[in-house]
Amino acid sequence: MNFPEDLKYTTEHEWVRIEGDVATVGITDYAQEQLGDIVFVELPEEEETIDKGDTFGVVESTKSVSDLYVPLTGAVVETNDPLLDSPEIINEDPYGEGWMIRIKLKKPEEVKELLDAKAYQKLIEEEEEA
Amino acid sequence: MGKKTPLYDWHLRHGAKLVEFGGWDMPVSYEGVLAEHQAVRERCGLFDISHMGEFFVEGPEAEAFLQKVTTNDVSRLKDGDAQYSLLLYEKGTAVDDIIVYRLAPRRFMLCVNAANIDKDREWLLSHLSGQVSLTDRSPEMGMIALQGPKSGAVLQALGFDLASLKRFQCRETSLAGAKGLIARTGYTGEEGIEVFLENGDLLRLWEAFLKAGEPEGIRPIGLGARDTLRLEMGYPLYGHELSDVVDPLEAGLAWVVKLGKGEFIGREALARIQERGPARELKGLTMEEPGIPRGGYAVFAGTERVGAVCSGTFSPSLQVGIATALLTRGAAAESGEIFIDIRGKMKKAKITRLPFYSRK
Repeated sequence: MNFPEDLKYTTEHEWVRIEGDVATVGITDYAQEQLGDIVFVELPEEEETIDKGDTFGVVESTKSVSDLYVPLTGAVVETNDPLLDSPEIINEDPYGEGWMIRIKLKKPEEVKELLDAKAYQKLIEEEEEA
Repeated sequence: MGKKTPLYDWHLRHGAKLVEFGGWDMPVSYEGVLAEHQAVRERCGLFDISHMGEFFVEGPEAEAFLQKVTTNDVSRLKDGDAQYSLLLYEKGTAVDDIIVYRLAPRRFMLCVNAANIDKDREWLLSHLSGQVSLTDRSPEMGMIALQGPKSGAVLQALGFDLASLKRFQCRETSLAGAKGLIARTGYTGEEGIEVFLENGDLLRLWEAFLKAGEPEGIRPIGLGARDTLRLEMGYPLYGHELSDVVDPLEAGLAWVVKLGKGEFIGREALARIQERGPARELKGLTMEEPGIPRGGYAVFAGTERVGAVCSGTFSPSLQVGIATALLTRGAAAESGEIFIDIRGKMKKAKITRLPFYSRK
């Protein structure tokens, strides 16, 4: 399983790529693997303001529904609409074409609270053992 | 940790994701639900369903006992016939849905749902009387299903002629050196068989099927695809379409209930329900807007709540959200517009005749 070093992570299995004051968000390789075939995704409206810890959408496999959690407070500036018709892209390329939303950050200081790749990997190992 | 089938280690070695189901640790998928679903619809798939229960009912009064405790007419069975049937409470709701196999005039086997094994056994024992015995052989027996359009070819490679068995017939036979009861039944809507055999023979037959099916592209299939396949066919799953608060008339299973055959447990209640008509009816729903219905979601006719979803999923064959729902009788006919409340948003759906999927 792959966890790029240049990304930040959440305990809810989202990844975040910070570029200036914009964060790109998706779900991790581990999350897509756990979910299995993703068949439906719901994303927020553009320009919507979202708060850290709230849900910004859902991903569904044939069997389960999972909430997507906002990793950083801000305004949604872009959503990856091709996912709505082809949610399988999330399984195929979770860190690339499978990105979900871009957030213009309102509280950049929140970035410090995210996990780095090493800490995230440790979290997964603990979940796997549990 | 739940109970393990004799193939548990095989599943782990072959990358299965496991899930707890009815007290068992079962494979939910191997390569993925969608690929497995498609394999069964287009080629063939192999299911370890050893969690299912097997009871043997034997003795001079075996048939009379089964007539009393099941809803279908056991007297219609000849040796080697299988029959879908129900066990009911006095009030008419379901203890379980089962298949009855007549092996000999005084020897029957019942296949029951995994989660209901203990409940069914105790319920049957509590009604046992006369010259009849009930033996729960679930712990020693396993079950494999081979399903899909290429099933006949796979069986042919093992020297078994599928055409020699009609639908809902069974025969004790030997396959790949393993003795078992082979029945032309299934839970997918595809051609195929289900085999009951001793735990010790399970792995041998499993591997023989996989080898014989290799040219046909056979795949092991988990419970995830088993559920999407059965739901596309509108087949009930106990605990969803049918339960101890749902009777067979509202679940659309009147064809399994033979009110005219004589006394059976639950008959009086069902006769009364039949007379006034069931309060609810099971309907198929197909989404007309993006979204996937799930069990428990509320269903509306216009603005009025008329019921709830029993089972819902994304149909891999139809590429759309589908559901079964128990709705107030007539509600669907009166109102043109049906909606499902998907996490607080009203999403349009349409009533669909079951099955959702018809074999090509």
